[in-house]
Amino acid sequence: MSTTETTESRSRGKAPAGERVADWADGRLGIYSLAKANMRKIFPDHWSFMLGEVCLYSFIIIILTGVYLTLFFHPSMNEVEYHGSYVPLQGQLMSEAFSSTLHISFDVRGGLLIRQIHHWAALIFLAGMFVHMMRVFFTGAFRKPREINWLFGFLLFVLGMFTGFTGYSLPDDLLSGTGVRFTQGAILSMPVVGTYISFFLFGGEFPGVDFVARFYSVHILLLPGIMLGLVVGHLILVFYHKHTQFAGPGKNNKNVVGMPLLPVYMAKAGGFFFLVFGVIAIIAAVAQINPIWAMGPYRPDQVSTGAQPDWYMGFAEGLVRYMPGWEINFWGHTLVLGVFIPLVLFGLVLMAIAVYPFIESWVTGDKREHHILDRPRNAPTRTAFGVAWVTVYMIGLVGGGNDLWATHFHLSINAVTWFVRIGFFVGPVLAFIITKRICLGLQRRDKDKVLHGRESGIIKRLPHGEFIEIHEPLSQDALHTLTAHEQYKPLEIGPTVDENGVERKVKGSEKLRAKLSKAYFDEDGQIPKPTVEEYKEITSGHGHH
Amino acid sequence: MSSQDIPEENLPAEQDTTVAVADEKNPFADPGLPPHEHRIQDIDERAARRSERTVALLFTVSMLATVAFIAAYVAIPHDKSVFVFPIGHLNALNFALGLTLGMALFCIGAGAVHWARTLMSDVEVADERHAIAAEPEVKAKVMADFKQGAKESALGRRKLIRNTMFGALALFPLSGVVLLRDLGPLPGTKLRHTLWSKGKLLVNMNTNEPLRPSDVAVGSLTFAKPEDLEEHDHDFQNEIAKAALMIVRLQPDDIKDKRELEWSHEGIVAYSKICTHVGCPISLYEQQTHHVLCPCHQSTFDLSDGARVIFGPAGHALPQLRIGVNDEGYLEALGDFEEPVGPAFWERG
Repeated sequence: MSTTETTESRSRGKAPAGERVADWADGRLGIYSLAKANMRKIFPDHWSFMLGEVCLYSFIIIILTGVYLTLFFHPSMNEVEYHGSYVPLQGQLMSEAFSSTLHISFDVRGGLLIRQIHHWAALIFLAGMFVHMMRVFFTGAFRKPREINWLFGFLLFVLGMFTGFTGYSLPDDLLSGTGVRFTQGAILSMPVVGTYISFFLFGGEFPGVDFVARFYSVHILLLPGIMLGLVVGHLILVFYHKHTQFAGPGKNNKNVVGMPLLPVYMAKAGGFFFLVFGVIAIIAAVAQINPIWAMGPYRPDQVSTGAQPDWYMGFAEGLVRYMPGWEINFWGHTLVLGVFIPLVLFGLVLMAIAVYPFIESWVTGDKREHHILDRPRNAPTRTAFGVAWVTVYMIGLVGGGNDLWATHFHLSINAVTWFVRIGFFVGPVLAFIITKRICLGLQRRDKDKVLHGRESGIIKRLPHGEFIEIHEPLSQDALHTLTAHEQYKPLEIGPTVDENGVERKVKGSEKLRAKLSKAYFDEDGQIPKPTVEEYKEITSGHGHH
Repeated sequence: MSSQDIPEENLPAEQDTTVAVADEKNPFADPGLPPHEHRIQDIDERAARRSERTVALLFTVSMLATVAFIAAYVAIPHDKSVFVFPIGHLNALNFALGLTLGMALFCIGAGAVHWARTLMSDVEVADERHAIAAEPEVKAKVMADFKQGAKESALGRRKLIRNTMFGALALFPLSGVVLLRDLGPLPGTKLRHTLWSKGKLLVNMNTNEPLRPSDVAVGSLTFAKPEDLEEHDHDFQNEIAKAALMIVRLQPDDIKDKRELEWSHEGIVAYSKICTHVGCPISLYEQQTHHVLCPCHQSTFDLSDGARVIFGPAGHALPQLRIGVNDEGYLEALGDFEEPVGPAFWERG
């Protein structure tokens, strides 16, 4: 009896504090079961898997610095006379929003740094999401079972754009006010409801005295709240699905090869947060961003040249700039196509990339799970579509900065505008064709390498004088990696008339699907990968080729 | 048609996941995970200790940087500027705080990553994946549970409950929509009117003095506002957003548009400064051609020809204000703009 007691008390005394805390938490939260599944979870390694981390960390940095900024920022459009320490603006009339931003920049020690970290992190967040999205797109990581996570990510990108826009509009400076005016003009162009939405959004006529306070609650509460939820969902799904991996020796669709979360990824990913934060802090130390004091407070009758939105709105800006000014007047109404079409296109172009995964899975009819990433060359049509999409986006960016292109490169603004107008149609087509050809070329090269080995660079002279280059056969690792990708066969509808001459009904959608499938997977869509027979035939013969 | 109808042979064969040794049969078979290659730190304790010292050094630098951050916060006055090559003049406090904070953070990150890369095990491990979709038995159980639950609720049988519930759920969000009504007033005809009316003097925006014809020289661009609008007025921003005026003097012979000539005074014409595209203020004037350019989206208007659009995305000409001279010799408006100023909208017509 006494012996048991002593053992028990001794063991209780010996249990380390950490274990006792964990026991306490486990009794209430069940953390041991959670840790069992996740503590040594395997994550594959590839540099491109880090892009999503950049987004996550810059999002956290934005929240941290944003909370700090709310301590000093006054989201009010009350007119005040400025009496702070920035001399050139003293005595000027401005909104409280603008004057409190000046206060943060000049009178709060470190305020400017936090403002600049916040703004730089926002730019990096959006750029990170764009590049991360492209990584996922070009490697086919959006395929089943990850389509919903693709949509989560897409929503984060779109919401991020609007959070950024409402954020940089808050200081009520001349540049951002011009951007808000542009948005209001675009809203006005909407048929039937435009003027009403504008009056409701701005509490009356533009600019009114409400929009800063309204944008503020949207910027710090509504949108980030939704985004936080989406980010958590995004991460839960990443854990649940387990990360994708590239093909390679020992890697297949049924396993995940890499290193465990504890300790390697705890250290790498945790450390990477500090790296991202550190780099952004240093950028904010040396690179000025959004110097609102140089622009001055917003007045609807003033403007500066070279007015540009932040980069992620540049695409929308471009659409509005190069659209011809079409207006149709009828029955006492005006259809402002010159502004409304860009507004619609903005949504359509974004939607095109969002729905692509569903179109591709419809064309392939593939319902299996995919955990092995495609090399972009092995999915030429998808890659070409992605590059065409990026081309449209980039042409929009060029168009959005047409004045800067004109002034920096001494071009005519009219020529730049016409270039992007034509480029909007021609650019993506060219990009599609060129990309597809490059992909097919790379596939051919892979095939050549598999069948004939790699060029060794060693030139051999044969006894009869002929020079040949020695090709070294690839290792089995390389042979496997280069032939691991899957290839679909094009869908055949089959004869539409059966042997009795009775016509079989084929739906239009089915014909379209067969056409798309052919474009994706016939000889012009992919190079058949080398077969074992081809390999044997070549290798069993003469040693070189 | 669902994709189930795709014949199986169109899909690639399921990948062979068994590890095979390269053989005569299949030279492309998966050879399995390559053997682990040791790093120098795995075999040489001195190299491992070197890594340890590097990591510790990075963490120490981070601590020092944080101390430096606090010191800079206390010591550097916030209006001091410093020259940093090759960037130029920077705010000293911002530079010091950012650099020390950045160093403190970066060194923590660099230390952790170096630790992970050189000292933590880098043996690759394979974990199994399991299908995301449930096993058929699980699905069958869930379906049975759901049917049981649905049956017990009697939702399918008692249609009246179901329909009224859907009705109630569909209607109640309307309250939320109605509550949004007071976000702003209805547009009415507000976008059609500005402060301009007959007899209002044109006041120079810069000098705040009423303009006389002699104040407007050929080739100059003058911005004007209505006489009783002051910067301190509570509705100044809303009113100037519509009433802002741009005045130029042309040679009457140069004016190509007949109405423009009629509405001018001795070649002085007054146009809305607000672009008809999306509402930016137009501010770039080319004296020789009489073109004005909106700096936002480069819409270009010809002021000698009824301010029609000659380039860019604007959809219609700038509205002109009819002006004259009053008894005292000051420029005055002869009425409001005849059409709405600024961007077009549905009700504009």
